[in-house]
Amino acid sequence: MTAAFLVASAFLASAVEFVEALTIVLAAGITRGWRSALIGLAAATVALAAIVAALGPALTLIPLNALRLVVGALLLAFGLQWLRKAILRASGYKALHDEAEIFAREQAEARAAGREERAGLDWYGFTLSFKGVLLEGLEVAFIVITFGSAQGSISLAAVGAAAALVLVAIVGVVVRGPLTRVPENTLKFTVGVMLTTFGVFWATEGVGAHWPGDDASLPGVLAFVILLSAAAVATLKRRRLAFA
Amino acid sequence: MRYLRAFGLFWWDFVVGDDWRAALGVALAIGATAAVVAAGVDAWWLLPVGVAAVLWLSLRRAAR
Repeated sequence: MTAAFLVASAFLASAVEFVEALTIVLAAGITRGWRSALIGLAAATVALAAIVAALGPALTLIPLNALRLVVGALLLAFGLQWLRKAILRASGYKALHDEAEIFAREQAEARAAGREERAGLDWYGFTLSFKGVLLEGLEVAFIVITFGSAQGSISLAAVGAAAALVLVAIVGVVVRGPLTRVPENTLKFTVGVMLTTFGVFWATEGVGAHWPGDDASLPGVLAFVILLSAAAVATLKRRRLAFA
Repeated sequence: MRYLRAFGLFWWDFVVGDDWRAALGVALAIGATAAVVAAGVDAWWLLPVGVAAVLWLSLRRAAR
């Protein structure tokens, strides 16, 4: 149960980040040429693999309770941000994330930038793709390392992230455009709920408290976070309509 | 130095984001749970309640 939940969480969180990375690589490739954009993508992938390879084993040396406390606290801070934004979007207080608009903006900026060649590459295209993939990928690496180490299986979390990468890459190649039809807010809402659930669960265990039924209480925490979020959306929607 | 600053800003934005009060609230809720557990009470229920309060206060501020 926990393993399936772990893989699903890593998959969904990584999918959201990969969709955003794909938008940037597409904008760089279409406007500045594919060679520089793809080399930027490859360089960022190597850098990310090195970070995960270095940090992953190091984290397994930390005692489990201390690790769960730190990871739980980080996931809670990080997950509540996602959840808060998703609730504000779902209730109409914040504009929805528009991948087509971001793609158009990235393309306009890439077209306007001057041409500078370094190491035989269009440097703007290379750095745009490298930075985009590295920054979005760092978030994926953070999720894989924290989820995996706190649950004692980085490889399981990596399987979820790898499946998301393959899926987004295949769909990206087929569509050859930003993935505008991905229900990004629903995905982010789900990821925010999952990150917050794991954050509450691990931070509580990390400070030495014991959940009734141990791992079996995880679905209960999940249900609590879902109900809390749904109540927040409903209340904010009512409030917005009352003030409209 | 510029890269170090950018790296630090990235992680701040990534973990803390645009509502530092929520991150502080999370830290306080975890601290309170740790204190109650250290006093001998198995307070597994305290952090969910704290998180609900932090989320609600953060949303209320954002929706003003």
